[in-house]
Amino acid sequence: MDESKKTYYGAGLPYLKDETYAGKLIVIEGADCSGRSTQAFLLKQWLEYEGHAVMDTGIKRSTLVSGVIDQAKEGNVLGKTTLSLLYATDFADQLENKIIPALRAGFIVLADRYIFTLMVRDAVRGADPDWLEELFGFARIPDLTFYLHMTPEVLLHRHFQKRGVLDYWESGMDLSLSTDMFESFHRYQSLCAQQFEELAEDYHFVTLDGTRAIEEVQETLRTHVSRLIRK
Amino acid sequence: MRLKKARGLGRSMHYPGRLFIVEGNDGSGKSTQIYLLKRWLEDRGYPVFFTEWNSSELIKSANKKAKKKNLLTPTTFSLIHACDFADRYEKMMLPYLRAGYIVLADRYVYTAYARDMARGCDPDWVKNMYGFAVKPTVSFYFQTPLAVSLDRILSGRPQLKYHEAGLDLGLSTDPIESFKLFQGKIKDHYDAMIDEEHFTVVDATKPIEEQQRIVREIVEKHLTDYELPYHLTTR
Repeated sequence: MDESKKTYYGAGLPYLKDETYAGKLIVIEGADCSGRSTQAFLLKQWLEYEGHAVMDTGIKRSTLVSGVIDQAKEGNVLGKTTLSLLYATDFADQLENKIIPALRAGFIVLADRYIFTLMVRDAVRGADPDWLEELFGFARIPDLTFYLHMTPEVLLHRHFQKRGVLDYWESGMDLSLSTDMFESFHRYQSLCAQQFEELAEDYHFVTLDGTRAIEEVQETLRTHVSRLIRK
Repeated sequence: MRLKKARGLGRSMHYPGRLFIVEGNDGSGKSTQIYLLKRWLEDRGYPVFFTEWNSSELIKSANKKAKKKNLLTPTTFSLIHACDFADRYEKMMLPYLRAGYIVLADRYVYTAYARDMARGCDPDWVKNMYGFAVKPTVSFYFQTPLAVSLDRILSGRPQLKYHEAGLDLGLSTDPIESFKLFQGKIKDHYDAMIDEEHFTVVDATKPIEEQQRIVREIVEKHLTDYELPYHLTTR
């Protein structure tokens, strides 16, 4: 099949009619504290000002299994494969019940993180890349995928500014990379950045330097988005 | 794009235990058979661990809620059952196998294959998802003509739940009629898997005792070189 005409990465959702939707799917990916949400918020403001209907979404916001995920994370009682599948379930629920209906209705869907965060998170925990690729083959291909790149050093300071402390999960403490949280954070975030970069080519990311000023990053985002919606 | 690796069920993982699983339509009598097998193995002193489909404590509540509200699509239905399986697999089945137990499973990944395919999921996608699971020592498939298994179910338990009846497939609005059509599809998928998945087919129309005799005979063959876990031999 012609790569450019594909609407899903893999098997897709075979029981749905393969329609072309009026809406557009725009994804912003990046580490926690990379400025994703700020950029998504600003983009939404601007798009609405321009007269577009926007629906924003993120990962782990569906009601289907998010309770189980939170419960499990608190007690750290789930196996890696189970947690991967729970996140995938949650994402699929949002894709089918929120994203696709909105696209069908002509909305611009702004996704603050998509399957890539999940794939990265699983890959650094040892999941087989081919398994992940096929598992998430039900995901619709975004019209644009931005990746806010940041070095672990900068992320560290952003974490301090935003939260005051280092977070257990964001430091990848469950991986036992180091018993020292500072060291673990650094190694974990470096591993994640590596994985994102590996996905960047295969999944056609528009990579942006997240360390630049908020306004500058936003300007670049808008340039790309303008080009997309004027098509 | 990355080249796809050839894959099949089960990584090349070596474990000292044994895994016997039963599959078949609702009403095929497989649960009775695995119960009798369990009794026999336990009486003979084997360390047995038994697990059944859809029984993970953690996932149960989410699953129940979702089903009650009919919130599930074929993809999320498939995924949520994979979560349940993975939870039981990672916490119980695999550790027990690695510790040398005889693990008995009432339904395994093939139940998901058959049901998810019947619901319209992509077969390769479903198989990939369960690619983390080891291949059983023996997979017993209790095969019955559709009329027989339907009669066993419908004569005894006429209250069918929404997904159980396959009402989400939109085959019929009548639960009984829908159940029949759904079970027919599932049987077709099971039958089609026999060779590829190396099922050991048991004729489930035979008397219970005879089926059990066949099952025990086959299981026994796979236990000739079985070694009891060291710490259990010194009891």
